[in-house]
Amino acid sequence: MTGDSDELPERTWYLVLLALGPAVWAIHFVVTYATVSVWCARLVERSGSVAPVRSAVIWYTAGAMVAIVLIGWSGYKRHSYGGQPPPHEEDTAGDRHRFLGLATALLAGLSAIATMFVGYSAMFFETCW
Amino acid sequence: MKSDPEPLESAPPPRVQRGQAERLIRTWEAPRGWRYWSEVNNSEVGLWYIGATLLFLAFGGVLAVLMRIQLATPDNAFLSADLYNQIFTLHGSVMMVLFAVPIFEAVSVLLLPAMLGARDLPFPRLSAYGFWSFAIGGVFVCGSLFFNIAPRGGWFMYPPLTTSYDGGVGADVWLLGLSFIEVASIAAAVELIVGVLRCRPPGMRINLIPLYAWYILVVAGMILFAFPPLIAGDMLMELERELNWPFFDARRGGDPLLWQHLFWIFGHPEVYIVFLPSVALVAMMVPAFAQRPMAGYSWIVLAAVGTGFLSFGLWVHHMFTTGIPGISLALFSAASKVVAIPTAVQIFCFIATLWGARVVRTVPLLFVFGGFTTFVIGGLTGVMVALVPFNFQAHDTHFIVAHLHSVLIGGTVFPVLAGFYFYYPLATGKYLSDRLGRIAFWLIFVGFNVTFLPMHFTGMRGMVRRIYTYPENIGFDTLNLVSSAGAVFLFAGFATFFWDLLRPKKHAPYAQRNPWKAAGLEWLAEMPAKPWGVRSIPEIDSRYPLWDQANLVRDVDEGRFYLPDAEEGERETILTTVIDARPVQVLRLAGPTFVTVWAAVFTAGLFIFSTFDMWSEAAVSGVLALVTILVWLWTGTSLIPEKTEKSIGLGLTLPLYATDHQPVGWWAMFITMLGDFTGFIGLIFGYFFYWTSRPDFTAHPQGPGVFWPTLALTLALASWLLTMLARRANARNRGPVFQASVLGAGLAAIASSVAMIAGPVVTGLDPETHVYPAIVWVIVLWTAAHLAVGAIMHFYCSARRAAGRLTATYDIDIVCVTLYWHFVAVKVLIAAGVLAGFPVLS
Repeated sequence: MTGDSDELPERTWYLVLLALGPAVWAIHFVVTYATVSVWCARLVERSGSVAPVRSAVIWYTAGAMVAIVLIGWSGYKRHSYGGQPPPHEEDTAGDRHRFLGLATALLAGLSAIATMFVGYSAMFFETCW
Repeated sequence: MKSDPEPLESAPPPRVQRGQAERLIRTWEAPRGWRYWSEVNNSEVGLWYIGATLLFLAFGGVLAVLMRIQLATPDNAFLSADLYNQIFTLHGSVMMVLFAVPIFEAVSVLLLPAMLGARDLPFPRLSAYGFWSFAIGGVFVCGSLFFNIAPRGGWFMYPPLTTSYDGGVGADVWLLGLSFIEVASIAAAVELIVGVLRCRPPGMRINLIPLYAWYILVVAGMILFAFPPLIAGDMLMELERELNWPFFDARRGGDPLLWQHLFWIFGHPEVYIVFLPSVALVAMMVPAFAQRPMAGYSWIVLAAVGTGFLSFGLWVHHMFTTGIPGISLALFSAASKVVAIPTAVQIFCFIATLWGARVVRTVPLLFVFGGFTTFVIGGLTGVMVALVPFNFQAHDTHFIVAHLHSVLIGGTVFPVLAGFYFYYPLATGKYLSDRLGRIAFWLIFVGFNVTFLPMHFTGMRGMVRRIYTYPENIGFDTLNLVSSAGAVFLFAGFATFFWDLLRPKKHAPYAQRNPWKAAGLEWLAEMPAKPWGVRSIPEIDSRYPLWDQANLVRDVDEGRFYLPDAEEGERETILTTVIDARPVQVLRLAGPTFVTVWAAVFTAGLFIFSTFDMWSEAAVSGVLALVTILVWLWTGTSLIPEKTEKSIGLGLTLPLYATDHQPVGWWAMFITMLGDFTGFIGLIFGYFFYWTSRPDFTAHPQGPGVFWPTLALTLALASWLLTMLARRANARNRGPVFQASVLGAGLAAIASSVAMIAGPVVTGLDPETHVYPAIVWVIVLWTAAHLAVGAIMHFYCSARRAAGRLTATYDIDIVCVTLYWHFVAVKVLIAAGVLAGFPVLS
């Protein structure tokens, strides 16, 4: 156990990484919303087709999902470090590392569901309104 | 195997312990007499804060009762339409901004240090300043009702009603009074984030922190991204009301929908900003009543962080009926449904923890269960109104009133009341009455449901919100009467609660220590609590230290852990690292002072005088506020200690001044600037919003041209580079180079500010004519103001170095100013890029 501290020095970055999955969701959401808004407000008429927007949203969603899966995978790997199961509540560098990994993976999971659900909702539309 | 330090094997001799305790008391006890109000310690400020929020709760509650009396019968003339408008506007504003948000700040200021085994949060004077700002602003906003000049445009103040059809000062009271209070919230956010990240006890790694701290970290972060857009929106509306700049006037290119966007980017996360801290209280109570650890700690962290993020993707669901493209509505409808997942996860964790446990049935738990059921009803109607077609029908009816009260009272008020019964002994040393608590609970629970369940039907029958009366026999009579009858129970319940809180308890016995047998460090407190917070700061090995660490209370009490003394008579706490809580510094905390009170009074003067167009008085107040804040900074921050380090026990010696590049001041600056940057992005969003909503937005831009913004950018970047040069020169102790570069940076900043303003002036942009010049002007002014503040910081650093208060070793001032300038450089880059570049592109 004591060897953990040398192997797993504390990195504030891992706390930031925790929020990175939801941050990708947020970026996906904002970019999708901006695309839809600009398309519908500036580029087409009220009854104009949104087919190009749908294609764009598919690409955005695919890109966001790749990022989220990578983040989730990195979290899962850290969670599996040393093969100890949760609840990761020991006062050791190893459990701290595993906990941050697990939380990152869980948040990536939630972000994946949210990203796909939001992207999916745009697929039902033929026109802006 | 364990490498953590253990407490002293034997207690220090009683004489030593007594000496330590006396010195700690002398250092931490509050001043007496009228000087008591100069106290800044969290245990006092937290209590004042809670007291003030409860007063506002009572005020808002009385307003609610007046509304229910008015609506009890058809064609009622109890209140006039105008007074009714003022009352519902104030009721919503008071409950959200003067109760729900500040009660979280107040409770956190009081409890968070105790939960973290810290003596105080890192910026006690900032907390005090926040409290005084809040108290003055709150009294001002509420007091307006007694002069019949209260805001009357609804708590969300939609233009054009509030810009073109509301001539009084009511809307100004709202805009300026509440903006002022939002400053207090941002101050609290700074305090709480730095508190959670840097003031934990040694050994409390990030996987061991109390769940409360996770929630508070998330909520404080949300404040930084939610409140500034509203402050930006307030600024736009105030400029329209005072100076006729047409941001929301469609005839001159404006768009009232921009207000709705800015308001709800604040308003929806706001719901979660008030909900999550209350769930946080529940997360502290549930393990105590189940007498076992919380099931799914990591899942609750998922819920807190996930909800924090997702809550920002919901704001347009308040605007479904405004004619936004259906495809956009779908995105927000989807996000509104997804947020139910993390919200439900935490509820399931609580149920799993309580399930099968030998639960201790107490008044707080009663309120927790009442909160669960009420909140779930509100959550389910929330899923209903997240569906666009249903929303079209229910919008602006009493169905929404019923939904939002279920969410807010179930999600926020019930858990807070539970928290009062749970934590009251910690704050006062006495219990609240079990019998009165049960009476209050049943009155409130039954009263709530009798009031608000029928309101769903009143709404579905078509009764619109915010109308002061209705004709008889159109299907509203009985339902409204029932709701009003329920309100009587609700009122009686709250009256019982307040009586229990305030009734004299002089002769009541003190509560026993840790009365709920809970596991958190806050329960180390003696009954009544001592002013020092914690007798010695323990080394933490567990999520539930009072359950898992043998003899913890004894060891803390006997001073066997860290910092058991205050030899120098200075208030101190330990700073630790963000992830593993390794102790790195003894932080000297500021003591009592009136400077924070004066700073709040003068800041209040700036806003309040502006409300009544008393511009010269406002300007004088503003200057006095600036001077007071500079005095506060000069005399109370980045002080050079009398020695470089001190021993804090268990063989640990720590520096008394930050030796890394991220002192707490750096964190505070970083957090403040994140919030500030969000406000700026709100204005830039406005610029592009007008571009999408108005085809003619940049059709004939006369200004500000390319030259002036580019010149401003060049000068700002020069100032930024000189600031970094000054920091280097200071680190190498080259005084003259430092002075030359820091003064040069200040002058370049002023020149940049002037060049920024010269753009629209020289090109003759008149902000009253059209929204394009108006939004250009507001971005220019915002940027120029930040450049000017940056210049003041340069001159401040120059004076500090000249006075020997800033040296190569003691360099926090210039470290923080450099960070400020990183943000300013980015802002000027964006502002110049958009103002000069975008008209050319489009």
